[in-house]
Amino acid sequence: MHQEYTIIEGDFVNAGKASSSVKKTLKQLDVNPSVVKRVVVALYEAEVNAIAHAYGGKVLVDIDEDKIHMVVADKGPGIPDIAQAMQEGYSTARPEVRDMGFGAGMGLPNMQKNVDKLDVKSTVGVGTTVEMEVNFS
Amino acid sequence: MFHHALEINEPRCIGCARCMKVCPTEAIRIRGGKAFIQGNRCIDCGKCHEACPVDAIFIKQDDFQSIFDYPHSVALLPAVFLSQFPSDMSVTRIYAALKDLGFKHVFEVESSASVFAEAKGRYAEHHADDEPLISSFCPAIVRLIQIKYPSLVNNIMPIKAPLDLSAMYALKALGDRGIPREEVGIFYVTPCAAKIAAVKSPVGEKRSIIDGVINMDSLYNRVYKKIKEQGKSYSFQPSKSPNLSADAILSTLTNGERRLCMAKRSYAIDGLQNVMDFLDKLENDEVEGVEFLELRACDQSCAGALLSCDNRFLIGERMYNRARKAAERERNGEVPRDREIDKYREYLLANANVDKVQPRSMMTLDKDRKVAFQKMERINRLKEFLPKVDCGLCGAPTCDAFATDMVINRVGLTRCVFYQRHLQQKNEITRQECLAAMNAVWGTDRMNDPKD
Repeated sequence: MHQEYTIIEGDFVNAGKASSSVKKTLKQLDVNPSVVKRVVVALYEAEVNAIAHAYGGKVLVDIDEDKIHMVVADKGPGIPDIAQAMQEGYSTARPEVRDMGFGAGMGLPNMQKNVDKLDVKSTVGVGTTVEMEVNFS
Repeated sequence: MFHHALEINEPRCIGCARCMKVCPTEAIRIRGGKAFIQGNRCIDCGKCHEACPVDAIFIKQDDFQSIFDYPHSVALLPAVFLSQFPSDMSVTRIYAALKDLGFKHVFEVESSASVFAEAKGRYAEHHADDEPLISSFCPAIVRLIQIKYPSLVNNIMPIKAPLDLSAMYALKALGDRGIPREEVGIFYVTPCAAKIAAVKSPVGEKRSIIDGVINMDSLYNRVYKKIKEQGKSYSFQPSKSPNLSADAILSTLTNGERRLCMAKRSYAIDGLQNVMDFLDKLENDEVEGVEFLELRACDQSCAGALLSCDNRFLIGERMYNRARKAAERERNGEVPRDREIDKYREYLLANANVDKVQPRSMMTLDKDRKVAFQKMERINRLKEFLPKVDCGLCGAPTCDAFATDMVINRVGLTRCVFYQRHLQQKNEITRQECLAAMNAVWGTDRMNDPKD
């Protein structure tokens, strides 16, 4: 089952649209609530990241009986040092983004904590693709 | 099966679908021209009752005469009951009228408000892991979380609501006066449908100790009539001390619990839509650090309850005024009578807990994930045929709900008028088939010419 959502740069108001819709689907599939929560938290973080840092992008979700596969692909500045970005507290968010309560440098580490597979690919000046997978059981 | 207090009076129902459109859990469908409530989705919030233009949705109550089955009948009154009456009608007069109507004793539900607050406080001390803790006060909220937010059931504090605590208190207090249990009949005067459902099929308890339920609006009529009959001949005696403390009176209004809780960060939210908007965010972990939530299904909490006999803001004002007077008397050193419950405080606290609330999700398409997945794929395919205007002509509140009904309840796609037109263009459906599909939803009378 495939779902797609568009992310618009700076549109924090709509952060969480994709994760909310995915949540509804997983509830209908009777996925364990704690697993649903992990998926939603990770996807929400990825959505916020793309909204805060990039010039828009796409969320591609594929759900099958056993797992969910999520790709958040953005066009943006990219991440020069992924290992550094994976550290808790590291943030390059602009002050106005931090003022909105985002940009605490917990995004990627939080995703890592909640998913079974995480793959971040990035090209500076082109964009970032975050690929995540969560197994249902 | 879960008991529901809301029922449809079929002969009276005109099948207007207003109830179906307002139901927050999409529990209502139209079949054969009549509304039908799906029991597993209904949370007894009463939105349908409010929306019905012909009073076809009624709230079942016990026969008033059954209070005479017990030598010691108790009226268990919510504080909001007294505030239904104009402010010049004194509490003493209302109590006198209740006695005249046949009640031997009157207890106010909120006399246990301070015990309820303490029970929650004690529970909170040991359950920081389950924060934000959600109050068990409003039964419609408890049921909403069970069916729509199953991941949050552990956040609900498994503590008896004030109504149950006060019933226990009444039994104990009367027992101490030498009245045996079997002679006592406890009748709860309910301001809403959800509380009836909570009494008839309690969550986290085997059975309730309440013997009967009387609707607040019907008792209001009886009391009002009694007072008018008594007229001026009634000799007025002001009560010696206030019945309830100010805190207890305010506890049923929005912020009533929150203002007494010790949480650093807490919210009081009233109105079902507001509650759902917040729980959606909470479920996504978008709100962090909240310790306590007071959630109420009705706008203005119990002042806006379904069986209220006046405007919610006027009732709220009377409650504030009553609380203000009580506070003043407390400041002058008078001790409110609800402090009598202190004698039983430890007993009540020891018996205040109920079992953990269990989820009963209505969201799940099938227990077997493989089957659920197949059903969802079929639902998604069917959705592509639907116009997404949520007109409700198929007898379901939204196109999405209709798509689910088609897969779960095997309802035919031809019930969609847009799809009918689509088939007509291709000459793939007859007029009779169209009419039959409409009749299945809206009954056979609606396609006739109007009678002259």
